[in-house]
Amino acid sequence: MNELSASSRITYRAVMVRPGLARRIRGLSDRMLAWLFITPTIVLLLAINIFPLLWTIYLSFTNYRANRANVPTIWLGADWYQSILTDPDIWAAMQVTAHFVIWTVVIETVLGFGLAYLIDKKFRGHGMWTTIILLPMMLSPAVVGNFWTFLYQPQIGLFNYVVAFFTGRAASSFQMLGDVTLSPWAIVIVDAWMWTPYVMLICLAGLRSIPDYIYEAAEVDRASKWRQFWSITLPMALPFIMLAVLFRGIENFKMFDMVNLLTGGGPGSTTEVASITLKRAAFESWRTGYSSAFAIILFVTVFGLANIYVKALNKVKSR
Amino acid sequence: MKRTMKTLAVSCGAVAAALGVGAGTTPAQAQGKTITLCWAAWDPANALVELSKDFSAKSGIGMKFEFVPWTNYADRFLNELNSHGSLCDLIIGDSQWIGGAAENGQYVKLNDFFKKEGISMDDYMPATVVGYSEWPKNTPNYWALPAMGDAVGWTYRKDWFARPDVQKDFKAKYGREIGVPKTLDELKDIAQFFQGRDIDGKKVYGASIYTERGSEGITMGVSNYLYDYGFKYDDPKKPYAMDGFVNSPGAVKGLEAYKELYKCCTPPGASNSYMSEGLDAFKSGQVALQMNFFAFFPGLYKDPNVGGDKIGFFVNPAGPAGQATQLGGQGISVVSYSKNQAEALQYIKWFSGGDVQKKWWALGGYSCAKSVLNDPSFPGSAPFAKEFLQSMGMVVDFWAEPSYAQLLQAEQKRVHDYVVADKGTAQEALDGLVKDWKAIFKEEGKKF
Repeated sequence: MNELSASSRITYRAVMVRPGLARRIRGLSDRMLAWLFITPTIVLLLAINIFPLLWTIYLSFTNYRANRANVPTIWLGADWYQSILTDPDIWAAMQVTAHFVIWTVVIETVLGFGLAYLIDKKFRGHGMWTTIILLPMMLSPAVVGNFWTFLYQPQIGLFNYVVAFFTGRAASSFQMLGDVTLSPWAIVIVDAWMWTPYVMLICLAGLRSIPDYIYEAAEVDRASKWRQFWSITLPMALPFIMLAVLFRGIENFKMFDMVNLLTGGGPGSTTEVASITLKRAAFESWRTGYSSAFAIILFVTVFGLANIYVKALNKVKSR
Repeated sequence: MKRTMKTLAVSCGAVAAALGVGAGTTPAQAQGKTITLCWAAWDPANALVELSKDFSAKSGIGMKFEFVPWTNYADRFLNELNSHGSLCDLIIGDSQWIGGAAENGQYVKLNDFFKKEGISMDDYMPATVVGYSEWPKNTPNYWALPAMGDAVGWTYRKDWFARPDVQKDFKAKYGREIGVPKTLDELKDIAQFFQGRDIDGKKVYGASIYTERGSEGITMGVSNYLYDYGFKYDDPKKPYAMDGFVNSPGAVKGLEAYKELYKCCTPPGASNSYMSEGLDAFKSGQVALQMNFFAFFPGLYKDPNVGGDKIGFFVNPAGPAGQATQLGGQGISVVSYSKNQAEALQYIKWFSGGDVQKKWWALGGYSCAKSVLNDPSFPGSAPFAKEFLQSMGMVVDFWAEPSYAQLLQAEQKRVHDYVVADKGTAQEALDGLVKDWKAIFKEEGKKF
């Protein structure tokens, strides 16, 4: 008895105190025990995830409005889906979203991988540089949105002064957030500034996972650095790069907070990404049925694209 | 045991005090119930906190306040009402909410209460009764007591206007003396005159106007031009018939004029400005003219840098089709989900009192009571009082339909697209607006 471990002693005392319960637990099969443990999680998942999803699907076929609960709910069939898919404003919002997603992902991937490649070459102070590079992604998007609004301010903003310094243009002669041509790029720049470190981190993990002996073998075979990069580094880091692209793609497809704070979707509707359109329909117009249908369309789009992408990712991994 | 309980009570009190529990409530809370009043976080709300201390002292009912910044005000409180929340016992809700709040049973109808307590709507300025209390409009169905009168007005830099160099240059350029603009054309001339001008070694700009996209900003701004150029929401003889009224030739010209003012005479980066951006631009000495709600004028007048003798106030100038201004302001309503309706009604009764209304104005709130506004001493009681009175006589409000938010969003988009983002023509913008509004009303089952 004295040689029993602490946990065994606790179990022993519990058995001694409540023999009935212990017997009952002892009588459970492994399968039952497994169910016992995962049931709370499943219930929680059903309550906060699956049920709302099913409810949203139901609402998307009705005229329901959350602010008019006393109005009878009418079944509309696929009317909202048809109206959304034929609405030019929705397609405009989807185009804005596509522009934002594609450019942010391209820029963040190129820069993120480049930075990871540099950081991977261990040099003096690389730890400090890694920390400094990672700082933007540690900030809240709300904070980032607010302070970039000031940075972009034509009269007092640092960004305009830097551009003015290098180009010779007057700082107040252009406005990043109020100009139809520049504002889509303004939000891309901020997102790239904030999330490139995240891509870098994932790519760095990929680069660090490549065993040194492969490079050593390549050196023995007198492969050039260029050849090593194309034949070893890039193919072996590719699954990680693709993973980073997937994460950033999904995240930016549903981007809301930062864009809302920077431009509010403006000027006009120039930077109105799909999630801002959705928020306006759901919580300003209170068109709950309509916005549910739009949310489902967005969900299916992201889910479908992500699935195709994951299949491609698996193919790359299995190579 | 008794001693232990006493010690426990004292300890709990000490802990509560240390944690600041009860902050925001008055000592009267301990004597009776506490009610919560919800409003926007701005200067008049502070005045109301001060004023409400009298109510607590008199009634023994404690007051709690839930103030939310304007940018989140509608989102926060409409969510609260739509979710049948009981956070607010009293709410000072925006004028456009009244249709939805009345039809969805979110506000308590006050007719019987007014009758019982002898509160008459004849004692309030007619525009405020229609704007803040009635639904349907122009019918004796009251859902709020007019609480905070407000309208869009203008401020200008009186000290700049008084400079000899400015006066000389202006006269040389426009052939007339610089002064408070009587028309929107004169206003544009003044704004253009100051745009890019050097004042005491600092580059200044013409005017700060509303251009905000996200909530209601640009609509609240452009309306002041549209009304003066002949825009009407619908045919006065045929409700909801909008063709030729919303997109009339006059309205098109009004929209073009607003865009011209935005393009020629606003500071760089003013593509998303509303109340606070306007205040910042004026207070920092960037602009000669500022469009903003009267509610901010007491604070601006007290400003050490641009207030006092340096600031002047004027009403929205006239346009080719007349003179009108956008209504702001709110009424105070009892939330139907409140568990303290009796106390909330008691507050409304107290608030309607003549002396309370006088004190409300004195503290920085804008009373809607005739007893205050028609007092012969009122126009001289503040540098902007005369202009406020004049504005309240010519106010026009946006739709107050239950679908007002959708109607507002449509105008925000159409107008911002044209004015700021240079998309299409003014005619296309207003034709598009008619199309959007028709679709919304059709969805609502309206016939037109």
